[in-house]
Amino acid sequence: MNRTVNIISKNFKKYNPESIEEYLELGGFEALKKAIEMGPQEIISTLKTSGLKGRGGAAFSTGRKWEYSANVKGDKKFIICNADEGEPATFKDRYLLEYDPFKVIEGMIIAAYTTGSTDGYIYIREEYKYLHNKVRKAIELAEKHGFLGKNILGSGLNFNIKVVSGAGAYVCGESTALIESIEGKSGRPRLKLTRTSKQGLFGLPTLVNNVETLAAVPPILEMGVEEYIKYGTHTSKGTKLISLCGNVNKPGAYEVPFGITLREIIYDIGGGIKDGKQLKFLQLGGASGAIIPAKLIDIKYCYEDLEEHGASVGSGAILVADETNKVTHFLKSVQDFFIHESCGKCTPCREGNRQLTKIINRFVTGNASVEDLKTVEKFANVMKYASFCGLGQTAPTALLTAIKYFPVEFYQQIDRIRKTS
Amino acid sequence: MKNCTITIDNKEVTVPEGTSILEAAKKVSINIPTLCNHPDQTVKANCRICLVETKPGKLETACSTKVRDGMTINTVSKLVRDTQRGVLELILANHPQDCLKCIRNGKCELQKLCEMFHISKSNLEDEIDALEKDESNPSIVRDHSKCIKCNRCIEVCQEVQGVSILSHAHRSTKYCITPAFEKKLVNTLCVFCGQCTSVCPVGALYEKDDTEKVWNALYNDNLHVIVQIAPAVRVSIGEEFGAKPGTKVTGKVVAALRRLGFDKVFDTDFTADLTIMEEGHELLDRINRGGTLPMITSCSPGWINYIEGFYPQLLDHLSSCKSPQQMFGALSKTYYAKKLDLDPSQIFTVSIMPCTAKKYEAERKEMSSYGYRDVDAVLTTRELARMIKSASIDFLNIEEENFDEPFGITTGAGVIFGVTGGVMEAALRTVYEVVTEHELENLDFMDVRGLEGIKEATVDLNGTPIKVAVAHGLSNAKKILNQINEGKSDYTFIEVMCCPGGCIGGGGQPIGSTMKVREERIKGIYDVDKVMPLRKSHENPAVKELYEEFLGQPLGKISHKLLHTTYSPRSEKIDFDYLQWNNEIALTEE
Ligand SMILES: Cc1cc2nc3c(=O)[nH]c(=O)nc-3n(C[C@H](O)[C@H](O)[C@H](O)COP(=O)(O)O)c2cc1C
Ligand code: SF4
Ligand code: SF4
Ligand code: SF4
Ligand code: SF4
Ligand code: FES
Repeated sequence: MNRTVNIISKNFKKYNPESIEEYLELGGFEALKKAIEMGPQEIISTLKTSGLKGRGGAAFSTGRKWEYSANVKGDKKFIICNADEGEPATFKDRYLLEYDPFKVIEGMIIAAYTTGSTDGYIYIREEYKYLHNKVRKAIELAEKHGFLGKNILGSGLNFNIKVVSGAGAYVCGESTALIESIEGKSGRPRLKLTRTSKQGLFGLPTLVNNVETLAAVPPILEMGVEEYIKYGTHTSKGTKLISLCGNVNKPGAYEVPFGITLREIIYDIGGGIKDGKQLKFLQLGGASGAIIPAKLIDIKYCYEDLEEHGASVGSGAILVADETNKVTHFLKSVQDFFIHESCGKCTPCREGNRQLTKIINRFVTGNASVEDLKTVEKFANVMKYASFCGLGQTAPTALLTAIKYFPVEFYQQIDRIRKTS
Repeated sequence: MKNCTITIDNKEVTVPEGTSILEAAKKVSINIPTLCNHPDQTVKANCRICLVETKPGKLETACSTKVRDGMTINTVSKLVRDTQRGVLELILANHPQDCLKCIRNGKCELQKLCEMFHISKSNLEDEIDALEKDESNPSIVRDHSKCIKCNRCIEVCQEVQGVSILSHAHRSTKYCITPAFEKKLVNTLCVFCGQCTSVCPVGALYEKDDTEKVWNALYNDNLHVIVQIAPAVRVSIGEEFGAKPGTKVTGKVVAALRRLGFDKVFDTDFTADLTIMEEGHELLDRINRGGTLPMITSCSPGWINYIEGFYPQLLDHLSSCKSPQQMFGALSKTYYAKKLDLDPSQIFTVSIMPCTAKKYEAERKEMSSYGYRDVDAVLTTRELARMIKSASIDFLNIEEENFDEPFGITTGAGVIFGVTGGVMEAALRTVYEVVTEHELENLDFMDVRGLEGIKEATVDLNGTPIKVAVAHGLSNAKKILNQINEGKSDYTFIEVMCCPGGCIGGGGQPIGSTMKVREERIKGIYDVDKVMPLRKSHENPAVKELYEEFLGQPLGKISHKLLHTTYSPRSEKIDFDYLQWNNEIALTEE
């Protein structure tokens, strides 16, 4: 049964991304024309009705974010498309840039038109090097056809886009670290005393959006918001690109309507667990996401229901783990990722990761103590509550949810060495 | 401005919009613990100790969060205390806890937090970075195994001093605060101002301690050990013993130094007066003979290090006068030695300075007279306090005593050398009277006083208006140098002091030199000046006598040899030979 949908992914593999003509034939840039007819106010209210939330992880209302930005005055204003996609197990932004770069560009132009921005950046992670020139090429073509540059489509909008390469660190996907990185500084999150929408890149008004967020705007305008919100649930409207991977038969990026169950995603879309094994747990939203045990797979994939179980949509990653995976070993791989990616700026994340790594290693080798379980939970919470940025705040999510859902796996590893010898 | 009314721990308080939670809490007598926060610096919010609960289950840092109208804040909830303690435990697990042997014992902000939270037991396993101490230079020690990564030193080094030696490097557990490429300070253009040591909350950056060297000299019966005290020390050292900042304790320092065993106790103010005589005449000479102008003062060694390193093309603008410390040293080994009929090698000259760069200055090879080192040891204010404490002297109650002669006879002009604008004011008092041959009616040049970064004044010298400027903090000096560089400077005379506020804010002063404290010390200095019977350098009878008996006249031959110096460009790699005395010290210490 095909449970995927085609709203944002409509054009995937339907046209040659090096040909703007083919994009135009598929109805490309119609949304931009419509947007110019609508005017900024109507675009903002349409987005609010659409319920579109930031797809970069923080899930902030896109309509409200654009409204803030539109209200900030400034001769030079920036739009940054966040294509750092550093979250492990996440690759849906790559699909968008690879198979439908013009849609992302069109989304950025609409954002520029709505907020009165002058300069755009697409910050693409370094590992996606092969995409840099492809996207540059698409920008060039859009410019040639008058969709970028001066007085775009007679709307009075002047807007240009540049591609910048990521600095290779996960934390650079965090919007303020990303800004520091574009400014040529070392990518560490900065203290936000004023909103980025007021003072962002080079101290000027800046709007940062995820690739998917931007790509979702043209279809919403094109098909009409009423049509769009027929997808999804009452509170989680529309559709989402997910990155399905791990021990499933058919990994890949898929577009699903919110409200679909996890079971449907894994078995109907993903073709079930590889080699006929049993599902043990899922990790949702990448390395910073929660672990959900197999018994909860009938919950709906939407913002509210996941939150009820301590999980979130996050980047849209869904990592599937079968019965052969040990939770503690899995946590070690997550922990290794975070201790590598912490920028080191704040105490809880720098020192917390150092300590969690030590303790998790003891669980892996089987010589943890009873106190270790309490200690690891205590400091995981310190990190969650006290860290400077989202990285440190979410680094212990997997650990905390694992302790909640799989306590036995931890007990089994306590003093195993001493017990057996 | 709008006001916000908030509730902190069930107590309502109204503060202007834009106030931080930290400040608002102070209004209701709640001191939220902090570590990275510094009253004179931008908010960093990286230590995360100051967390408070702003909504059930939501913690925010009090230092960086502005109050929002109607906010309810809890600073003592279980979540707050557990998290604060947790953060502290995390710091401690990575901290060499050797307080008993630490230079900051008793004055450490981390130690204070530990006292507050009393962490007797932690389940964390210590992992302490064994990092090599950087003791490569005569002024500053960097022990970054104790660094808690607050970034305060970076801000002072980059923003206040504009030198940008310290910065951060690496990520995660390797994250550290270091000069570029983890060079030793001696191999950078560090100016040794010590401002970083003064803002560091812990014992990660501190002055090189030379007290043992001085004790050894004092115990050596063959040495005649004399000491000079810089003007700025007398209004700050009291703080080390619990006195209020700015309290004048000159007589007590003199008495304490005698108790410690110094043979003679002198005042650097004397050579400050002498500096004015030489520098004032140098200025007039340059004006009359068309020499390089503007002329810039040269008494602040951190400043000299800066211009030598960053603006070597402008070295001609520097006055050739040695600093008062070095003039004193030179005279001690010549004029004074002769007077006492001692061989210069028998004299050991110590100076008590507010400054770490003075240690470096004393070791420069230019700073030797007739082959003898001008100054043998330099102690900062903090080190002298340490000696006084170790000698069990009840400092605040000790009976006051007077300086010895001849280098104890001084004027108000000498004393104001300790504050920004002081050298300028002292020079103007003298230059005006020398040129106009009229008595100055008002000795107080208010335009050059105060904490503004760059100050200007115009003085009428017999119908010729001369424009002068005063800068303190190297980032301000940089602005003035750039003007000169671009040929846009219309000043005749410029005073530069390396440290904010001048020497009273020097890097060797008691820990806690906030701007507020600096203001108090400045007030203390001007109070001393006001009540001095003599307030102009050229009226100092001992200085007059010195010229009659020994030097001849300002800028004369002997002056030239003893009291003036030369400068040279400084490159990143300081050759160790450049510090001529370094080897010798190393040898004698073995
Ligand atoms: C550690 C960290 C990494 C992040 N990485 C990304 C990323 O790779 N891509 C992204 O779009 N957002 C990332 N974000 C979220 C951004 O900070 C920001 O919220 C987002 O780009 C805003 O766009 P949106 O409103 O369209 O989601 C990251 C956040 C954190 C804390
Ligand atoms: S939580 Fe702190 S240390 Fe970790 S990445 Fe963010 S700012 Fe850096
Ligand atoms: S820095 Fe502070 S806490 Fe650390 S050893 Fe020194 S006194 Fe103790
Ligand atoms: S002594 Fe001065 S120049 Fe050197 S590192 Fe410290 S603040 Fe920077
Ligand atoms: S050296 Fe001191 S001031 Fe600098 S970051 Fe470390 S603790 Fe802070
Ligand atoms: S004092 Fe607020 S975070 Fe350090």
